[in-house]
Amino acid sequence: MSISVRIPPVLRTHTGGAKVVSVDGATLGATLRALVALHPALNEQIFEADNTLRRWVNVYVDGADARHLGGLETPTRDGIEVVILPAMAGGAAAPAGE
Amino acid sequence: MTTKPFTEVDAVEAQRILGSPQRPILIDVREQDEWDAGYLHGAVHAPKGTIGFTITNIAPEKSAPILLYCAGGVRSAAAAETLAGLGYTNLTSMAGGINGWSAAGLPVVETTTLTPAQKSRYSRHLLLPGVGAEGQQKLLDSRVLMVGAGGLGAPAGLYLAAAGVGHLRIIDFDSVEASNLQRQVIHTTDRVGMLKVESAAAQIRALNPDVNVEPINGMLTTENVVELLDGVDLVIDGTDTFEARYALNDAAVKLGIPVVHAGVFRFEGQLTVLAPGRGPCYRCLHPTPPPAEMAPGCGVAGVLGVLPGAIGVLQATEALKVLLGIGEPLIGRLLLWDALEGSFTELTVKRDPHCVACGDGTSKGGAA
Repeated sequence: MSISVRIPPVLRTHTGGAKVVSVDGATLGATLRALVALHPALNEQIFEADNTLRRWVNVYVDGADARHLGGLETPTRDGIEVVILPAMAGGAAAPAGE
Repeated sequence: MTTKPFTEVDAVEAQRILGSPQRPILIDVREQDEWDAGYLHGAVHAPKGTIGFTITNIAPEKSAPILLYCAGGVRSAAAAETLAGLGYTNLTSMAGGINGWSAAGLPVVETTTLTPAQKSRYSRHLLLPGVGAEGQQKLLDSRVLMVGAGGLGAPAGLYLAAAGVGHLRIIDFDSVEASNLQRQVIHTTDRVGMLKVESAAAQIRALNPDVNVEPINGMLTTENVVELLDGVDLVIDGTDTFEARYALNDAAVKLGIPVVHAGVFRFEGQLTVLAPGRGPCYRCLHPTPPPAEMAPGCGVAGVLGVLPGAIGVLQATEALKVLLGIGEPLIGRLLLWDALEGSFTELTVKRDPHCVACGDGTSKGGAA
């Protein structure tokens, strides 16, 4: 089983630049746990201390917001795509005035 | 007796088929002065004498259903013969013409107030089904707030101005810097150091004198946002701080004003339309901003110059769709563009019934 997790550009410094990371997991939570096991610096970007998702990080499973599915309990299957999407600071390429 | 290569219908039947799901392209084949005096809702103007040349732009498909009318039904029948000779197969002429339509007491015949200069400037819009003189007038009567005259605002502002959006209120607090010119094409080398809003206003006025530009040098805050949104039909969000973005969202939700939201980072961009009452708001998407230390600084990340250009033009496209009421705006859909991959991804964004800005517990709740 292989699940593609798409890493947003703002978090790629934590995956050594990788845009897509392939991991296994029977649920979304297990999948993301497998992801942070590979790239530990992502942990605090994605998870709160109590292992829930950070409120400003959205995760989409095959295009649908996991919050409207089963959250971290959402079952996964081979070949699906998971997209991580944190809030972006802006239409910004510079600190001000974009 | 030979069979005519087209159908003839009266005004009442014409009105029925115009309201049907297989709505035909409605073409007025009269002369300019007759058209100027009034025409039917949704019609495209193509005088009989030149329709053989103009039809390919109006209806590239020869099987497309076409309904023609003139003043009394004679010229539209002749035009239908002409089009049949060119291979068009689904032609209808309205017997009795616009005179019969009016006599039947059918809904208002629109009139346009476009000047000859405007008819020339917007001629490519006037040919478009769904835009036409009526849509162009709508754009000229529209008011858009542009938050930011930078990477996204530059292309969005230029195209909205070119399209004839009649009033552009632009707020930005910055001055033009040389490092902006790699992507902010509304500014020029000789205007480095000028306030961005003044530079943008100068470029827009040079492009289209129809546009009333209202430059505001400042920052959008919770204190001034309601005033900035006053009288506005739509907002182009080119903000670069979470404070401004949430302030804009909350006020726009309260006032029921759609916001075309976008963001860019390096080689990637995203875009969605936040339309109160019709879809989610920004807080439905992201209930809270990240703390400052978790929000990556974009200033050090860089961006391919064309990236905000493309995304800003997509923002302008969505704005025109919403203002004209055509097509399927990106409401409830977040579009991601990866320029290096050349790939688009669409995510579904739902309204959150518990949203503190637009949820069911608020005065704006329950609408969507």
